[in-house]
Amino acid sequence: MTNWQKHIGIIIPLLVIAGLMLYPTITGKAAARETAFTILKAIALASSLNILLGYTGYVSFGHIVFFGFGGYVGFYLLSSQGMSLWICILAGGVSSGVLAFLLGKAILRLRGAYFALATIGVNEAMRAFINNFDLFGGPTGITLNFKAYLAYGGAAKALEMAFYVVGGLAILAIILSYIIRTSKFGLGLLAIRENEDAAEVMGVFAPDAKTWAYVLSAIIPGMIGVLFFFKNGNVEPHDAFPLHASIELLVMVMLGGQGTVLGPILGAFAYQGMRGYLVTSDFFKDIQLSVSGALLLIIVLFIPAGAVGWLRQRFPILRRVLA
Amino acid sequence: MTLLLQVQGVTKRFGGLQALTQVTFDLPKGQILGLIGPNGAGKTTLFNTINGVYHPEEGRILFQGKDVTNKMPYHLAKMGMARTHQIVRPLNELSVRENVMVGACFGHENQSLGNAGKIADEVLEFVGISSRTDQLAGSLNVAQKKRLEMARALASHPHLLLLDEVLAGLNPSEIDGMIQMVLDIRAQGITIIMIEHLMKAVMNVSDRIFVLDYGEQIAEGSPNEIANHPKVIEAYLGDPKLAEQLMEDD
Ligand SMILES: Nc1ncnc2c1ncn2[C@@H]1O[C@H](COP(=O)(O)OP(=O)(O)O)[C@@H](O)[C@H]1O
Ligand SMILES: [Mg+2]
Repeated sequence: MTNWQKHIGIIIPLLVIAGLMLYPTITGKAAARETAFTILKAIALASSLNILLGYTGYVSFGHIVFFGFGGYVGFYLLSSQGMSLWICILAGGVSSGVLAFLLGKAILRLRGAYFALATIGVNEAMRAFINNFDLFGGPTGITLNFKAYLAYGGAAKALEMAFYVVGGLAILAIILSYIIRTSKFGLGLLAIRENEDAAEVMGVFAPDAKTWAYVLSAIIPGMIGVLFFFKNGNVEPHDAFPLHASIELLVMVMLGGQGTVLGPILGAFAYQGMRGYLVTSDFFKDIQLSVSGALLLIIVLFIPAGAVGWLRQRFPILRRVLA
Repeated sequence: MTLLLQVQGVTKRFGGLQALTQVTFDLPKGQILGLIGPNGAGKTTLFNTINGVYHPEEGRILFQGKDVTNKMPYHLAKMGMARTHQIVRPLNELSVRENVMVGACFGHENQSLGNAGKIADEVLEFVGISSRTDQLAGSLNVAQKKRLEMARALASHPHLLLLDEVLAGLNPSEIDGMIQMVLDIRAQGITIIMIEHLMKAVMNVSDRIFVLDYGEQIAEGSPNEIANHPKVIEAYLGDPKLAEQLMEDD
């Protein structure tokens, strides 16, 4: 095998991202950038969740807590302390990682439904906490002074920059996902997913491995949160910790194929496409989330491996291409 | 003679059930110890207690001279202990090769992925399922899954191998193959404890035999001594005449 064939599993995903990043320039439409931003953000978040859900087999219903918490921390430093966006994005990632580390020690010993329930509890508890946390503006949240954009060449330039940064973070998420998937650490995670007791008997330090998987799945969402609130110019508790967004992420990962690099990307794409259609249709716009719920049910019942998983099962030859 | 494993006065309870009572034995390096006893005697529980799945209420366990009584299974794996499961536990959605690589990567040799792949290929050849390498483990039949359990354990190049009824459910020719495999493994210098129901098999391969009944050790000795031990015949087979018959037929 030549070198590019060996790494084709990462090349296809990167081409998808490159296409998305070029899409607004090619079409020349302003709305295209907004659409592409949403999809890239979804790809970064879904690929991160996949590290825990797809590789390790732990279902998190509250993954958005890392987006909200990291986002809040970074956005606070940006707006109130006047730190640079880059430092703040890093700070958002680090604080979400630390939160995941501490949470992991506490709740990752729960298995199956108990863990899933605990993650919901964590998200709701965090929302309630931030709501009452004066430093972060309590229920009204934090608003960025418009002047903050001047450092990035004005609001228009700052928004354009945010678009390329989200693309960069999506690339980072995919590369991280791919490295884990093809590493020894990743093999340990897959073993835990398949049978945690058997994995431990074979020498996998499951408590540590799960905690690190949780941390790695939390960092990029924290970074995305900072960027997203920077782009919006403000943050409020209900924007930062929307439970339904966690569930949408689950649908994306499951739809595309959990445990694969490409799956969450396709899932994010397809789901955002569907969502875009639903919210603009007169009939569906109010029941958009119900459609997502029904979709999740259908996937779990009929194609639990998701689209990429199904293709891999159906056509084993594709296994090398669809990592 | 160095002792690889020492089990000293181990007692294990599940609620009111006394699954193991004061079990004590030493295992010298390089031997095969046969572990027999009726269903529910506590054999699998003894394995689980030795490799850290359960922790005993009383007594202690030394592995390579170190107290490992309260260690976890992954600690023991890292120290060179490997086992198979009576009820197979394949990693279904991983390939056969990946299953075996887990054993090599996370066992006491801590192999890299690349080396683990090579070891997996060797071990799969040795246990005779190399034609299944790229199949998903979940698609194997029971006999193949038993071999996979064996391959995963061997891939870690263990010092001590615990085999829990690897012959159960196999047909006669598969049994002969598996017994030969066990002898080959011992020839590589690996110490083995083997739980087995088939008397002939266990009598033939074991250096010593240890008998459990209702969680108590009722006899220990050479295969010959055990075969003629009245307590064993009574407990294990119920009826002495039936015992004699079985020993001849097998
Ligand atoms: N996890 C457990 N919880 C409660 N009882 C158990 C557990 N594991 C085994 N037992 C009981 O301990 C006894 C010994 O079981 P086991 O070790 O599996 O026997 P064997 O392997 O000799 O057939 C049985 O009565 C069994 O029901
Ligand atoms: Mg048993």
